[in-house]
Amino acid sequence: MSLALSEEQELLRNTAREFIAEHSPVKELRRLRDSNDPVGFSRELWSQMAELGWAGIVLPEEHGGADLGYAELGIVLEECGRTLAATPLFSTLLLGANALLLAGDGTQRKEILARVAKGEAILALALQEGAHHAPYQVATRAEASRDGYKLTGKKTFVQDGHVADQTVVVARVSGKPGERDGLALFLVPKNARGLQVTRTVMVDGRNAAQLQLDGVEVDRSAAIGTVGRGADVLDPVLDRATIGLCAETLGTVAEAFERTVSYLKTRKQFGVAIGSFQALKHRAAVMFTEVELSRSIVLDALRAIDEKRPDVPLLASVAKARLSDTAFLVGNEAVQMHGGIGVTDEEEIGLFLKRARVAELTLGDAAYHRARFAALSGF
Amino acid sequence: MENPDTFRADVAKWLEENCPPSMRKPMGSEEEANWGGRRKQYANPEEKLWLDRMAARGWTCPTWPKEYGGGGLTAAQARVLADELRKIRARPPLISFGITMLGPVLLEYGNEEQKREHLPKIVRGEIRWCQGYSEPGAGSDLAGLQTRAEDKGDHYLVNGQKIWTSYANYADWIFCLVRTDPNAAKHDGISFLLFDMESPGVSVSPIKLISGSSPFCQTFFQDVKVPKKNLVGVKNGGWTIAKKLLQHEREMIGGMGFGLAASGGGATMEQLAKEYCGDDSGRIADPVIRSEVVQHLMDQRVFATTVRRSVEEAKAGQGPGAASSMFKLYGTEMNKRRYELLVKILGSQALGWEGSGFSPRELATTREWLRSKGNSIEGGTSEVQLNIIAKRVLGLPD
Ligand SMILES: Cc1cc2nc3c(=O)[nH]c(=O)nc-3n(C[C@H](O)[C@H](O)[C@H](O)COP(=O)(O)OP(=O)(O)OC[C@H]3O[C@@H](n4cnc5c(N)ncnc54)[C@H](O)[C@@H]3O)c2cc1C
Ligand SMILES: Cc1cc2nc3c(=O)[nH]c(=O)nc-3n(C[C@H](O)[C@H](O)[C@H](O)COP(=O)(O)OP(=O)(O)OC[C@H]3O[C@@H](n4cnc5c(N)ncnc54)[C@H](O)[C@@H]3O)c2cc1C
Repeated sequence: MSLALSEEQELLRNTAREFIAEHSPVKELRRLRDSNDPVGFSRELWSQMAELGWAGIVLPEEHGGADLGYAELGIVLEECGRTLAATPLFSTLLLGANALLLAGDGTQRKEILARVAKGEAILALALQEGAHHAPYQVATRAEASRDGYKLTGKKTFVQDGHVADQTVVVARVSGKPGERDGLALFLVPKNARGLQVTRTVMVDGRNAAQLQLDGVEVDRSAAIGTVGRGADVLDPVLDRATIGLCAETLGTVAEAFERTVSYLKTRKQFGVAIGSFQALKHRAAVMFTEVELSRSIVLDALRAIDEKRPDVPLLASVAKARLSDTAFLVGNEAVQMHGGIGVTDEEEIGLFLKRARVAELTLGDAAYHRARFAALSGF
Repeated sequence: MENPDTFRADVAKWLEENCPPSMRKPMGSEEEANWGGRRKQYANPEEKLWLDRMAARGWTCPTWPKEYGGGGLTAAQARVLADELRKIRARPPLISFGITMLGPVLLEYGNEEQKREHLPKIVRGEIRWCQGYSEPGAGSDLAGLQTRAEDKGDHYLVNGQKIWTSYANYADWIFCLVRTDPNAAKHDGISFLLFDMESPGVSVSPIKLISGSSPFCQTFFQDVKVPKKNLVGVKNGGWTIAKKLLQHEREMIGGMGFGLAASGGGATMEQLAKEYCGDDSGRIADPVIRSEVVQHLMDQRVFATTVRRSVEEAKAGQGPGAASSMFKLYGTEMNKRRYELLVKILGSQALGWEGSGFSPRELATTREWLRSKGNSIEGGTSEVQLNIIAKRVLGLPD
């Protein structure tokens, strides 16, 4: 598949850009943040996106999806990233629905995916337990009980966990934290007894939650895939979600960069536009190069999923490491080049820095993905 | 059009039958490459055979029109050919500034007579070209060049000095920027001339590099007579051609990061790292080196993907433009990082100069590391590429 956009894809991009600019400009994120909105995104916007077919964009038609590829999903995500649009696409489609799509049984898929595609069901994935992404570092226990399993443990950084109708909880049926074997994924409904959800307010104005599971009982039928072999589901889900997140980050970074270049052209000091100073020009050119390189790898990684290429895991790590580094560079440079105004809350550029940093640490930072790349490559 | 799979199979079969075994090993260094030319001495008959066979099909210049000796292939077919060549690890049959720099601008700006005269000889490797751009006072500020060409009716009379002329001492002909109107604004008085290096009045003296080799020269012109038919494009309109050629040059240099330089004698960087820094049950033992190796492999992958995207976007009429500056910048800086990392991996074994105590591979790495320092200077420095991106792509003001 070519890395250039097809006509249909360009059309989708234009539609997405217009729609998101109109319905979810950056000030919408500010409104949600400043009003302490209990949901953290607009449900109305989410329904509209579902009507456009985006909530289930990669889901098969039989589940009400649009049956398009990740190349297309990536376009929508990138445009969301440009305006920092708060939507549950990442938590619901990339994490939750993907787990069901890849390993859910007929009933699970049938009941939940159609509701996802309609924008009715919000899903989340509860994985992380410490301060860093370490997917097998799971201490939450799942003990077999008479009809199913009893879950006990603590989860952190569960994106959209506070509003999810169902959360995919990763727990351990055997082994020690850090081991790949012994994991299992369970669907836990929001009203489950023993489940306590605390919303955490994050720096980017979006939200994540902490989950406390005190002997939450789930049926055997709540398990997604084979109990004890949860990593076989988790790994591809995380690869896809990582690549999707990279597409969103690309939008965030590209927008922050373009805004900065415009600022360099308009802001005057010493009687000239500050963009005429070579000290800033060269740094802008370096950022441009990094953004372009980032774009290439994101496009290739998205297409790799659609083409079912064996290098998806490797590409997920290449893309995430790159985008993390680029987000770090561009986020910091954008604020610096805006001078004093850049560190004010009133100017929007700082919001891009915040979002970029959260994305950087979600599903593993550059160091994590470099180590993973080496392990996958056998050195 | 021909079925692409059939084409691939035909190419593979032909290469299998026609690429001599000794041409399927990586080259030791840039100097071992076949640059062709009137004075080319062939180290072995297979090198000559390989060139002649490829040239006969026009595959030294696969996308050039057949009427000028080229292969007449589409860009997609040329990629298939390149793939298949890579698969059998074939050496390039011919490397030349004629192929990468002069040919493309002659195709665009040359007249019919010039195309018929020069292109087929480039395809067959008969004439080796050098590039007379830089002067002692005109490097980054190339348009400040002073070499003069005076109109003498049926010919130009050329006087001046060039510097850093790569392989001028081996070249047969030169493509040269000269000033034909000293009174015009500096970009408007430049012309693009071709002439034989054996013309009376041309002299060269080699300059030694920190890597120990002498790939380039000072080049002097004293009353050199150049026939008027050797002017490419219009008089005083040479700057446009000069810039276009630089774009081709930058793409070529930018792409070298994963082309020519195949040091390590076939071993991958991660293998070398295990060998020289320790192998901890299959892992590179030194975690810092391990991380740097990863970073480098990722950079290479991301860069290669970007090169591919640029080709595909160009075909689809999209893309940011001025890509050649970006590739020159990133490709050469990446190549330099690659050699710095190789030196770090090989440790003191990468710091030998000659004699015993060092393997040929180690000695080659030392020289290539030093040679790579020139990559971010030749063809326009990294700083100049950053200026071009800032101005042409980002539209930042002067
Ligand atoms: C937290 C904070 C506290 C402050 N407290 C005070 C205070 O108490 N009193 C007070 O008077 N001021 C204060 N300031 C203002 C501060 O001094 C200015 O923000 C600072 O001088 C930069 O000016 P500017 O914001 O107008 O940025 P600009 O001058 O517009 O600069 C924008 C960008 O262009 C770059 N730039 C500008 N000119 C050049 C050049 N010639 N070459 C290369 N790059 C250039 C800058 O480095 C910056 O990255 C404060 C600022 C901050 C952020
Ligand atoms: C290995 C090698 C092979 C070469 N082969 C050829 C050849 O075959 N033919 C040929 O014609 N030339 C050749 N060159 C010459 C090459 O094109 C020039 O060296 C190059 O353009 C730089 O010019 P300079 O050496 O005069 O450096 P200068 O222009 O003097 O630059 C010195 C330093 O100042 C920086 N600088 C200059 N201007 C600016 C600016 N405006 N902004 C910021 N920084 C600036 C440069 O980046 C550099 O770091 C070759 C050079 C090398 C190293």
